[in-house]
Amino acid sequence: MALEARGTTRRVLRYVVLVLVAALVLFPIYATLMAGFKPGTKVLDHPESLLPVDLTLDTIRDAWDTGNLGRYLVNSFVMSVAITIGQVITSLLAAYAFAFLRFPLRNTLFLVFLATLLVPAEATILINRETIQTWGWIDSYQALIVPFVATAFGTFLIRQVFLTLPTDLREAASLDGLGHLAFLREVAAPLARPTIAAFALFSFLAAYNQYLWPLVVTNDPDYRTVQIGLKSLAAANLDQINLVMAGTVIAFVPILVILLIFQRQLIRGLTAGAVKG
Amino acid sequence: MSRSRAREVLLALALLAPSLILFGVFIFYPLGRAVYLGRYRGTSDNLRYVGWEQFRNVWESNEFHDAMITTVQFALITVPIGLVLGVGLAVLADSYIRGIGIFRTIFSSTVATSVAVASLMWLLLFQPSVGILADALPFDVFTEPGVLNDEDTALWAVSVTTIWSNLGFTFIIVTAALQSIPVDLYESSALDGARSWMRFTNVTVPMLGPTLLFVTVVLTIRAFQAFGEFDLLTGGGPGNATTTMTYLIYGNNSLIRNDLGLQSASAVLLFLFLLVLSIVQFRGLERRVHYGA
Repeated sequence: MALEARGTTRRVLRYVVLVLVAALVLFPIYATLMAGFKPGTKVLDHPESLLPVDLTLDTIRDAWDTGNLGRYLVNSFVMSVAITIGQVITSLLAAYAFAFLRFPLRNTLFLVFLATLLVPAEATILINRETIQTWGWIDSYQALIVPFVATAFGTFLIRQVFLTLPTDLREAASLDGLGHLAFLREVAAPLARPTIAAFALFSFLAAYNQYLWPLVVTNDPDYRTVQIGLKSLAAANLDQINLVMAGTVIAFVPILVILLIFQRQLIRGLTAGAVKG
Repeated sequence: MSRSRAREVLLALALLAPSLILFGVFIFYPLGRAVYLGRYRGTSDNLRYVGWEQFRNVWESNEFHDAMITTVQFALITVPIGLVLGVGLAVLADSYIRGIGIFRTIFSSTVATSVAVASLMWLLLFQPSVGILADALPFDVFTEPGVLNDEDTALWAVSVTTIWSNLGFTFIIVTAALQSIPVDLYESSALDGARSWMRFTNVTVPMLGPTLLFVTVVLTIRAFQAFGEFDLLTGGGPGNATTTMTYLIYGNNSLIRNDLGLQSASAVLLFLFLLVLSIVQFRGLERRVHYGA
């Protein structure tokens, strides 16, 4: 009896701690939501500014128009979807070559791929901006997309899956007259689908959240992404903090929804990097 | 070489070509070009030769030195605190009680914040004119001019933003690792009469070893690459209190903003710094993985 009571107390205590910690973690998001849905006059009233009263959609609408956020969201999605599709295709092709084909310098080339993971984007962006400028690509979708269309990370992940497929599979397929590309399309890629899905979500998220590169290759608002749009919105309207927070809500909510839907793939994608090799 | 063998080699080349061309143009060429330009001073249409000693000059300059110290401080604040908080959350949520899924979703949620979103969320809290933290907490630093405008607190304030936005990532990775620890390890430890703290130090921590090192590597590299939070929250200031190496190269308020040569030399040094760091950390990682398995 006493033991049972102690168990109950501990469980209640655990819930209390969980709720308190959850409230702390969520607090910045909550405060942002409250500010983003408040009319300008109410955002500075304490403590009502943190309570769900006087809420209005006008601020969100206002931020959407003033900040040109509709256009920026479209740009962000176009860029992120294109990068994701590009990365999946180039990674599938390269992973197939490394896993199923025999060719000279295979190990050396694989090391070259892995070496790219050691080069931080921050070390190359400076010169890549120069390249993009030389090509006349400043303020264009191709500037936002093309440099990121290949990744050794995706190649590595998909190759790992391909290596686990039984070799008889390829032999049987080639007896059936299936060429390499048909085998990749019909057999290998479908079998790697869970990993590809996880990797695709990971690439999409990384592309959508990019900051430095879109900042240095776009000046024209027509090609700005939503992250850079937020920077301009904040710089121009710092005296209207509710408007800035409404913009933040607009940039944040689509990603939050996507992640809630694809939580499982996300966890797979993030932990894939952590697997012991 | 038989015909089919030659065709296989050609096919491999074709499949690798898209990646190899992109890596060549956007990763290897810029590295080489940065090393080349690092010996010059000036803008791209007006370059003046200085020589290899420019790398040493930059390395020994006060600006680079200060930026390096600031970056290391930023990493030393964000990595350990972020790691401890992330593991704490994961351990707290690692039980099969009713409603735990909701808490796990909440603890993962900051993974959805981009650097711009996270920075602006914390800008709201820090802004003394809005006064959310100033009213909630009994510390004078939150009142005008605010934590972001005070040399002593600015780096800490940016660090809080970074730690918070990384929490979701650390939580997800550590939670996955916790769930892969075999239950019988805990059971036999419980049979030995181990209390929960001892179970944590004797079973959980050693089994998490490789994961903790992986998270440490990722968080450290992220700390060295951080740019957006400094650009949005402090602009490298006040003074140069939050000018990191990345901000020194790319920041709007940076002193070397208009000198492609100095920027290139700094970028090469940043690359070498991170390279050494990753090699050291991966060495450690490799050793631990062998122990752990």
